[in-house]
Amino acid sequence: MAVKEYIRERFFPHIWCPGCGHGVVLGGLVRAVEAIGLKKNDIVMVSGIGCSSRIVGYMDFHTLHAIHGRALAFAVGVKMSRPELTLLVPMGDGDALSIGGNHFIHACRRNIDMTAIVMNNKVYGMTGGQYSPLSGYGTMATTAPYTNIDQEFDVVNIATAAGATFVARTTSYHVQQLPEVLEEAIRHKGFSVVEVMSPCPTYYGRKNKEGSAVDMMERLKNTTTPIGSKAKRENPSLIERGVFVKKEMPEYCAEYQKIIERAMKGN
Amino acid sequence: MGGRVEFVQGNEACVEAALYAGLDFFAGYPITPSTEIAELMSVRLPQRSGKFIQMEDEIASICAIIGASLTGQKAMTATSGPGFSLMQEGLGYAIMAEIPCVIVNVQRGGPSTGLPTKVSQGDVNQARWGVHGDHAIIALTASNHQDVFAVTVDAFNFSETFRTPVILLFDEVIGHMREKLEVPAPGEVALVERLKTSVREGVDYHPYLPREDGRLPMSDFGGVHRYNVTGLFHDMWGFPSEKPEVVHGLLRHLVDKIENHVEDVTRYREYFVEDAETLLVSYGSAARSALHVAVNRRQRGERIGLLELQTLWPFPAALVREKSRHAGYVVVVEMNMGQVLQSVKAAAERPERVFLANRVDGVLIAPADIQNILRLIQGKGV
Repeated sequence: MAVKEYIRERFFPHIWCPGCGHGVVLGGLVRAVEAIGLKKNDIVMVSGIGCSSRIVGYMDFHTLHAIHGRALAFAVGVKMSRPELTLLVPMGDGDALSIGGNHFIHACRRNIDMTAIVMNNKVYGMTGGQYSPLSGYGTMATTAPYTNIDQEFDVVNIATAAGATFVARTTSYHVQQLPEVLEEAIRHKGFSVVEVMSPCPTYYGRKNKEGSAVDMMERLKNTTTPIGSKAKRENPSLIERGVFVKKEMPEYCAEYQKIIERAMKGN
Repeated sequence: MGGRVEFVQGNEACVEAALYAGLDFFAGYPITPSTEIAELMSVRLPQRSGKFIQMEDEIASICAIIGASLTGQKAMTATSGPGFSLMQEGLGYAIMAEIPCVIVNVQRGGPSTGLPTKVSQGDVNQARWGVHGDHAIIALTASNHQDVFAVTVDAFNFSETFRTPVILLFDEVIGHMREKLEVPAPGEVALVERLKTSVREGVDYHPYLPREDGRLPMSDFGGVHRYNVTGLFHDMWGFPSEKPEVVHGLLRHLVDKIENHVEDVTRYREYFVEDAETLLVSYGSAARSALHVAVNRRQRGERIGLLELQTLWPFPAALVREKSRHAGYVVVVEMNMGQVLQSVKAAAERPERVFLANRVDGVLIAPADIQNILRLIQGKGV
C-alpha cells in the first residue's frame, strides 16, 4: 500500500510549525506500519494533548485524541477489550512524563502489548514554550526566565526501571533508524517505549539559542551516537541511540486470558 | 419472578445488576465504601469472559472504561468522593465524546478525605456540576436493594440510549447494608443494547451525526469504520472544529438529548402523596427514615406523604412541582447542607414553604431527627 493510503490527506497541511520534528515521526510511523503490513482497521492510535497528540488527526486509523497525560490509560481499556488490535500511543514529553507520569510507569510495569512513542521536544509547545520534565537543568523557558533549576528525567532509564520490555531511543534526524526502531517496537509482544528526540525550533530552540531548524537537526546528529560506540567512550556526554532493552516477559492480555480460564474452571 | 433470592449488601446488588445488564469491562481503584464492587467484579467478570483491571488511580480507571466502551463493550467503574473528584475530567470527556459508561459513587462524608466509613449525600451537586463547561448529566439513586438493582440496570440502558455516561449516586448505608434482593430471571427486565450503525464498509460514516430521534448509531473501534474521537468540539466525523455553528450545534445536542427526555429518565416512588398536607421529599438511605416517619404519622391520622426521588439529574422539576402543589409544607430530607433542597425550592410553586431536615455528621438521619424538625416547622416545638 502506498504511504499516503495511511494518512488523512484532507487535513494537510498539518498544524506543526516549520522545522518541527513531529512530521518526521508521523512519516516514520507510517513506514513502520507499512513494513509490517498492518491493516488500517486493526490499528488504534491513542494520543493525549499537545502538539504531538495532533498526530492522530492525520493518520487513517481508529484514532482517539484523549485527555492530557491519559492516553495510556485509555489505551489500556481498548487493548484489554480487543487484544488483537495494535495500539500505538504517541505522546509528548510533558504529556507522557509530567501529567501522565504515573500512567506511564504503570503501563511499563504491566507489560501490556502496545507501543508508546514519546515525542520529546523538551518543551510545552502548544502552550507557548514552558519547561517540561525533560527540558533539563540550565535551560531557558517562558516559565524559567532565569534558567531552569529542574533536573530532567531520562526516558530510557525511567522506562527501563519501570519494567518496559522494549526500550529504544532515536531522533527525528535519523530518518532511517526511526522506522526501523518503530517497526521493532510494534512487533515486540509487550510494552514498548520509543523516545524520539524531536526539535522545536519555535520555542525550545529560540529560547535556548539553538539556531535554525537545520541547526537543531544537525545538533541531533552531533550530540547522539549509537549505543556503545567508540564516540560514547571518548565523549560520555553524547546521548546514545538504539535499542536498550528487549526482553520477553508475560504479556498482560495473555495473562488475563489465563485468569479467565482459571475463573471459568472454578465456576 | 423466576429469579433467585439473595441476602446481600447494596454494593453486591449493584454488581448483580451490572452483570445482568451485560457488563463486559470494569476498571477501578480501591476506595471505601465502594471497594466491594471492585472485589466482586474481579471474581465475577472473568467467569463470563469479562475483563477486570485495577488501575493505578481513579483517573486511569475512568479513562480505561472509556477506551473499553469504544470497542463496543459495556463498561463501568465505582468509587467514592475523592475518587469521584479525580474522575471529573474523564467524565467530561465521556460526555463530550458521547461514550456510554456507568460511574458508581458510593457517597461518604466530605470534603476531602472526610469521613471514609460514614454516610453522606454530599456529592449530589458535584454529580451535576463537577465537570467544567456546560453539559447535561443523568444521575440515579435508590434507597433499597431491589431499587439499587433496578436503577443500575436503568443506568446501563440510559447510557446506551443516550450515548452518555450515567452516574449512580449511592451512599455508604445503602452500599454496606444487607437486605433481600430478588435477582430477576434473564429476559425479565428489558436491556438496551448499543445502537450499531448500518452504514456499510466504504460508505462515508458520520459517527457524530445524530438520527432524527437524537440517537447516534455507533461503530466499534476495530470495526470497518475508522473515525476520530476527541474531547475538542468536533464535526460529524469527529474531527476538531471551532466553527461557531458546529460548536453551538454540538453543545445544544449534548444538553438537549438529555434535558428533552426528563420524563423518560425520571424514576421515583411515592407514598401517600395524594392528599398530603406535609410532603417529605427524600432519596437514598435518608428516604428509609422519611418513609418510616410517613407511615408512622399516617397511622396516627396525619396527612403526610413521601416523594422518593430516584432520578436526581436531570432534576424532575415538573414532577416535584406537581406532587407538592397541594402540600402546606414540603420537607426535604437529606444528608447534606441542602443540595436537593435548592432544586426543590426552584421547582415548588411556594418555595417559602420548603424546609430542610438534614444531618451532616456522618450518622444516618433517623426518624426521630425528622420528627423533631417536623415539630419545629409545624410550630409545635421540639
